[in-house]
Amino acid sequence: MIVMPPPDAAVLARRGAIVAALRGIVPGEGVIDAEIGRRAFECDALTAYRQLPMVVVLPQTKAQVVEVLRYCAANKIKVVPRGAGTSLSGGALPLEDAVLLGMSKFNRIVEIDAANRCAVVQPGVTNLAVTQAAQPLGLYYAPDPSSQIACTIGGNVAENSGGVHCLKYGLTTNNVIGVELVTMEGEIVQLGGKHFDTAGYDLLGVVVGSEGMLGVVTEVVVRLLPTPPGARALLVGFPGIEGAADCVAAIIGAGIIPGGMEMMDRLAIQAAEDFVHAGYPLDVDALLIVELDGCEAEVNHLVAAVEEIARKNGATTCRVSQSEAERLLFWAGRKAAFPAVGRISPDYLCMDGTIPRKRIGEVLLRMKEMEKKFGLRCANVFHAGDGNLHPLILYDANKPGELDRAEGFGQDILRLCVEVGGVLTGEHGVGVEKRDLMGAMFNESDLNQQQRLKCAFDEDSLLNPGKVFPQLCRCAELGRVHVHGGKLRFPDLPRF
Amino acid sequence: MTLLQPKDAAEAAEMILWAGSERASLEIRAGGSKGGLGRPMRADHVLDASRLAGVVDYEPAELVLTARPGTPLKDIAALLAAQGQMLSFEPPDWRELLQGGGEPTLGGTLACNLSGPRRLRAGAARDFFLGFAGVNGRGEIFKAGGKVVKNVTGYDLCKLMAGSFGTLALLTEVTIKVMPRPENACTLLLPGLADEAAVGLMAGALNSPHEVSAAAQLPAIPARRLGFADSALTALRLEGPAPSIAFRAEALQLLFGSGPRLDAPESEAFWRKIGEVAPLLSLPGRVVWRLCPPPSVAPKLVAAILEKSPSAEHFYDWAGGLVWLSLDAADAGPDAGASLVRAALKPFGGHATLMAASEETREKVAVFEPEPPALAALTRKIKQGFDPYGALNPGRMREGA
Repeated sequence: MIVMPPPDAAVLARRGAIVAALRGIVPGEGVIDAEIGRRAFECDALTAYRQLPMVVVLPQTKAQVVEVLRYCAANKIKVVPRGAGTSLSGGALPLEDAVLLGMSKFNRIVEIDAANRCAVVQPGVTNLAVTQAAQPLGLYYAPDPSSQIACTIGGNVAENSGGVHCLKYGLTTNNVIGVELVTMEGEIVQLGGKHFDTAGYDLLGVVVGSEGMLGVVTEVVVRLLPTPPGARALLVGFPGIEGAADCVAAIIGAGIIPGGMEMMDRLAIQAAEDFVHAGYPLDVDALLIVELDGCEAEVNHLVAAVEEIARKNGATTCRVSQSEAERLLFWAGRKAAFPAVGRISPDYLCMDGTIPRKRIGEVLLRMKEMEKKFGLRCANVFHAGDGNLHPLILYDANKPGELDRAEGFGQDILRLCVEVGGVLTGEHGVGVEKRDLMGAMFNESDLNQQQRLKCAFDEDSLLNPGKVFPQLCRCAELGRVHVHGGKLRFPDLPRF
Repeated sequence: MTLLQPKDAAEAAEMILWAGSERASLEIRAGGSKGGLGRPMRADHVLDASRLAGVVDYEPAELVLTARPGTPLKDIAALLAAQGQMLSFEPPDWRELLQGGGEPTLGGTLACNLSGPRRLRAGAARDFFLGFAGVNGRGEIFKAGGKVVKNVTGYDLCKLMAGSFGTLALLTEVTIKVMPRPENACTLLLPGLADEAAVGLMAGALNSPHEVSAAAQLPAIPARRLGFADSALTALRLEGPAPSIAFRAEALQLLFGSGPRLDAPESEAFWRKIGEVAPLLSLPGRVVWRLCPPPSVAPKLVAAILEKSPSAEHFYDWAGGLVWLSLDAADAGPDAGASLVRAALKPFGGHATLMAASEETREKVAVFEPEPPALAALTRKIKQGFDPYGALNPGRMREGA
């Protein structure tokens, strides 16, 4: 299990005074003190980790956010920001001695600005609500994480969320053009806006994906895109993973970037079909769903091209959706893959590494060996277009030792991802879950640079500490300017 | 003045460490094509990254390319083109605009966060910058990001490097996302529209489902400089498979009326010139500004500027999100029009950069939009963290930073 930083006894001792001070800033039900109320916030979607927060604050105005952060900064009290709590990496896991700052009351769509193709929204607005509000104007918000019905834009910004369409349309970072951020010191800064790019360092770019550790976002400007006029999906089955992987490479090699391209392995196909009855073939080892969007002429042109590529790469089944209902049915199985796996196992851990796609065959083979080593099963769903794996490790938390084994299995998978040239997380974030694996990908110097960025925003490490970095930031030490004793010289250098 | 030419990251780190120990500053340079961009520097030595060149790895099917930063951009473009791929952010060639020679490199392109007319549709350099290795101002070698197209492991320091103009670290290896070249392209030209009407038309086209990948509005005089007849010109680009383009071009003409079409090679040349700011080049005695406003206010913004400075010329690289503005240097006064441009921009938000002006002017005038105090404080602290001695590209972006 991951160990969180030890709580500050002095802060815990002042709990009553802290609650009273917070009530002075946020009135009424906005401060949750009773244990039963705080219990609702004890975990996010990484439910294996739970911690009752010291106190929960649900501010309603920007001024309240500023005041809460100023008070906490002045009194050296830690703060954990939270959106809808759908993080799969424990990014919103509370701390025993921290204020949990819930942004759920920032739930207003401020403006849908069609002329500037953007929406201005508060961070507590759900991802799907943005698209729903833009739809009447023929526009939508492209990033669509599977949790889009519940997850909020603020959380998407913190985690740089992806979704099945991000190969073609980008992650959150490519679709957010402005944020209003309150720093831990309580300063309000505008990063970006309705225009492109910034005049200085791209702090918008670093805030997106910073896992709530650089500031609290109080407003977001997202880019809206015209809704594609149509889409069709292909359901393609292969007798082996390699054929499916080669097919994906060939599609991209042919210059086609599908709107979505997903792969499932045998166990995932079986679980999804049993659950949703999407008509998936059950006699294949790998299934691809390839979606092509655009105008009808383009979609038909590309469907024909992909069918041809699939055939050349040994597909044994290939079905093209003939109606919108059928397209959605193809997707229904994939979108329900996680709950479908939930039906065949009491618990599962969802991993999130990315690998170079050409290594997929080898990586899946190694995972099969790990299944034997750990005595657990693993189903695979895979954003095939961008190499983002979601191995689902099946376990039973009620069986002693199984969670530990599942975690060990997960860590081995992620180390393998790094070993083959990939990364620990493609879209779920590091959080607490992958924190202690950061050393597999980054050395001390690499982590120091990331921490220097953190120190520029929050030098006392009060904002969401214990996440992302295996060791807490030592800003004073990192900021020190060393005086060089022995001077290095370059006597041989050419001179002007 | 010493010319330092590291052959690898380790040597670069030693050189930067040496500069720190001497309290000396370094100007980072490779192809030297963007020396005129930003504030002029007074560095003690030159750190030349030209030897840090060459492609390390290119996997077309993975959409990923890793190269050293001194690699000439033209080499990268040729390599990609041979595989039917491209840099989707269309980095513009600003050598004429900046009136310098040199050879644009991949590292410089990323460090300056360039983008072209596909900015709206595809993004800027920042959006394709996946990972890097570098050396900070403390002489520490580090890496960030990854070599795959989807990664959220740790803070996105690539974004911090893109647009930092070499003030935080020297890049020693970079990984970028590449994209397939569209099968085909064409550009629709609609003559005779005034700015306001053209901006309305372009907004309608970009909001339509017809995937317009670039849009521009040229008033009559800038249009003439590109060799078109004496009339304003609105241009819309379509890219994709031929049957798709044919369908969408028809659809757009039904909406907006018909006009001449540029075929794929003509279209490519046209948008390259838009990126190069060709409609405002070769005008003696003028300064050039790059304005990045919220799109819908741009005609109002331009009108406000023209009212105060009737000799101003402009055009809209609309899907680049830009208004390019050329002012008569004498009319613009000693601040090159900075107060005029920024006062006009202020009510709307956005930013303005002084792109082409004499060295003396760029030294006096804030080349990049000044930052409000809270933001400026963050900028200072970040610079302090990465480059506490102020060794790297001193004063390139801001005075004293």
